[in-house]
Amino acid sequence: MASPESAVNGPTMTAGAASKSLRNAFGGVIAFIILVLIGVLAFSIRLFSVIKYESVIHEFDPYFNYRVTQFLSKNGIYDFWNWFDDRTWYPLGRVIGGTVYPGLTLTAGTIWKVVNSLNIPLSVETVCVFTAPIFSAFASWAAYLLTKEVKGPGAGLTAAALLAMVPSYISRSVAGSYDNEAVAIFALVFTFYLYIKTLNTGSLFYATLNALAYFYMVCSWGGYTFIINLIPMHVLLCIVTGRYSSRLYIAYAPLVVLGTLLASLVPVVGFNAVLTSEHFASFLVFIIIHVVALAYYIKGILSPKMFKVAVTLVVSVGLAVCCAVIAILIAVVASSPTKGWSGRSLTLLDPTYASKYIPIIASVSEHQPPTWPSYFMDINVLAFLVPAGIIACFMPLTDSSSFVILYIVTSVYFSGVMVRLMLVLAPAACILSGIALSEAFNVLTRSIKFQLPGIAGNPSIAVRMWRKENGSSTVVAPNDIPKTEEAAKEKPAKKNRKKEKENVEKKPTPSKTEKRLLVLPLEASVIAVLLLVLLGAFYVVHCVWAAAEAYSAPSIVLTSHSNDGGLHVFDDFREAYSWLSHNTDVDDKVASWWDYGYQTTAMANRTVLVDNNTWNNTHIATVGTAMSSPEKQAWEIFHSLDVKYVLVVFGGVVGYPSDDINKFLWMVRIGGGVFPHIKEPDYLRDGQYRIDAQATPTMLNCLMYKLSYFRFVETDGKGFDRVRRTEIGKKHFKLTHFEEVFTTHHWMVRIYKLKPQRNRIRGKTKKSKSSRSVSSKRDVRGKRNPWH
Amino acid sequence: MGRSSTVKETQALFQSLRSAYAATPNNLKIIDVFVGFAVLTAIIQVVYMAVVGSFPFNSFLSGVLSCIGTAVLAVCLRIQVNKDNKEFKDVAPERAFADFILCNLVLHLVIMNFMG
Repeated sequence: MASPESAVNGPTMTAGAASKSLRNAFGGVIAFIILVLIGVLAFSIRLFSVIKYESVIHEFDPYFNYRVTQFLSKNGIYDFWNWFDDRTWYPLGRVIGGTVYPGLTLTAGTIWKVVNSLNIPLSVETVCVFTAPIFSAFASWAAYLLTKEVKGPGAGLTAAALLAMVPSYISRSVAGSYDNEAVAIFALVFTFYLYIKTLNTGSLFYATLNALAYFYMVCSWGGYTFIINLIPMHVLLCIVTGRYSSRLYIAYAPLVVLGTLLASLVPVVGFNAVLTSEHFASFLVFIIIHVVALAYYIKGILSPKMFKVAVTLVVSVGLAVCCAVIAILIAVVASSPTKGWSGRSLTLLDPTYASKYIPIIASVSEHQPPTWPSYFMDINVLAFLVPAGIIACFMPLTDSSSFVILYIVTSVYFSGVMVRLMLVLAPAACILSGIALSEAFNVLTRSIKFQLPGIAGNPSIAVRMWRKENGSSTVVAPNDIPKTEEAAKEKPAKKNRKKEKENVEKKPTPSKTEKRLLVLPLEASVIAVLLLVLLGAFYVVHCVWAAAEAYSAPSIVLTSHSNDGGLHVFDDFREAYSWLSHNTDVDDKVASWWDYGYQTTAMANRTVLVDNNTWNNTHIATVGTAMSSPEKQAWEIFHSLDVKYVLVVFGGVVGYPSDDINKFLWMVRIGGGVFPHIKEPDYLRDGQYRIDAQATPTMLNCLMYKLSYFRFVETDGKGFDRVRRTEIGKKHFKLTHFEEVFTTHHWMVRIYKLKPQRNRIRGKTKKSKSSRSVSSKRDVRGKRNPWH
Repeated sequence: MGRSSTVKETQALFQSLRSAYAATPNNLKIIDVFVGFAVLTAIIQVVYMAVVGSFPFNSFLSGVLSCIGTAVLAVCLRIQVNKDNKEFKDVAPERAFADFILCNLVLHLVIMNFMG
């Protein structure tokens, strides 16, 4: 746009054009510096836990990823791809190569390999801990690129700055949170950017890149189904609102074909890419877009009369064929019990599905719906800016802005279903808030600029810039400059009836937009700018506070502040795991609730029965039944599974609320879901869950109670449980089938060993058919316990 | 009476379709033939699968999707090369063809990997 003007305007205007290109270059350099700073900000705000604690992997899931990465770095990619892990889900084992999303592990493994080949000696753990902050910097840059495609570089920089700091994303990508989302959010935003870029340019090159970025997303996270459903929804929206263009076809059709193929390459997805309902939307829209493309093509080559004839013919024939096809499709899909959808996807559509049918999914705390305060905690100020951003996207409505609107609407719905999906909302909220803030600053600074007296030394440049903002491409002739300068300074509400009339006739559109542009009063705009800056300051303060206090806990190490301000560290988990790794045989099996499975295999290096993957509900129910049964039955169950040690987490001494007694009801529910002799009301007194003297006998006799509270009275003499805030019911008892081998310093982890079978049983015959027939007579009236 | 007019209209419709299509340049017609060939190959594969069974499902999938993918990419090439498309006026046909080749390379690399 600069060249035609400078060519026409002659030598007096080259100075203006030169300064303009200098200003553009200057702006480009500043934008680059800002992007580098945003990357540094995104990286450093996530380092609080490394500073406060140490460079350690957090939580539960990251330990599994860390163990897999260790294996990959030690054994290479072929062994990793074909790895059958026999140290977990004993005796079933787990096909790691086929059930893990390899993106994160392969990324970290590649970084480790590259860095080590450059002779920088970083350990695998260091690479794993810092992968997430690095990729969050990349995600901010991807958000810049995406928003630049939608609205412009100013909005892009704002969106990138917001995404670097948003607490929701920080919570899943702190240094040490080595989980799939660390890489997946970058892949998500980058895929969307490439899709929008292809949509805007219509280039097949970007379509290829888009498919490859989608492949990286499929490798990284199960949330890729969001992409493969959102993009077809957007294509449908564009077709329905009459925005079909051949660029849309180029953006969508190669993505579907290449994307489906690439998705089937990943072993976790495999043939699900063509067989499950989650992908059917993409195929349906694929067919629809071909029909629409054909219709537009025929419309282009026929005359309008002939086209009408064609339409009537096609409609009459095609409708019959369509109905037949749809009927067949519905019959095929309806024949499967869940209509082809997986349990987790059904939970998204019907939030009550999981609690009714699949207790395991309902028990994960991340799968609960979020509370209202969590929205404010997680996206803070952006919650107010998003509606403004949505409105800004409508002026003007382009393909890319309609995509962003669709993205925010769907992600708001899904974040309302599962708190874990607030993470998908975060980039959308940042993009829209960036657009809103950028537009607001545009209007306010423009108002200030044109009302400050003598602001622009060369008013013609100011006017030309203003016209450029209006999007007019008309040429400004030299002799028009003085007249348009006056026009610029006048209030746009007044009509110009003076010498500018010829300008108005020649260029009607610029004058119309001049009239429509609002110029706010100077004081109001200055105050508004200051208030917006203040809003941003509040956001930054909240984000830094959230990163430092709320989301940097590694949860494997706990701290508390004592009364005199000292810091007390609870390192019980690692203490227990290192005891296990030093004092037990390599092949010993450890039973615990599934939460601790990943940590046990990664840190203690022992075989476990169940872990956080929760793929086998029956096996978890077996462990849950064992924990809910009396000692003898529990011993039988564990002995049949070759278990040597049982691990329980107990928070009663220090007040740690996430211990196994608090999770116990879930064990009962999950166990009762598979073994009907475990009934939840047996453990509740009047519908209330208690462990004090009023607890039911079933509760007081179950293994979990006994293992948690064995010798608990010795701590304070009264047995006062700090978490439940009561004294326990049964205080003095002995364990008959288990023996305590280790309790950590703060009693948080307790390890028990199964006592071996007695060689001689006094007074009774051997365990044989006779005792079984005796017990079976007794059990006839109640439900059969399959463990007898 | 209505039927004969609809028959006449249909005939006129097909006539105009044919004449309008005959007016398209030769290079576009070549691409169209290629698209038709690819779709025909895909249909033959589907019929074969219906007869023989889909046991190595990945082979079937890769075969069909390679044909459909080539067809789709050829249609994209046709869109970009077509001189009547004003949106792609400033895209040189060589650039469009280079993009087409690149995308086909990626597609067939994936196909060869997936075929098993």
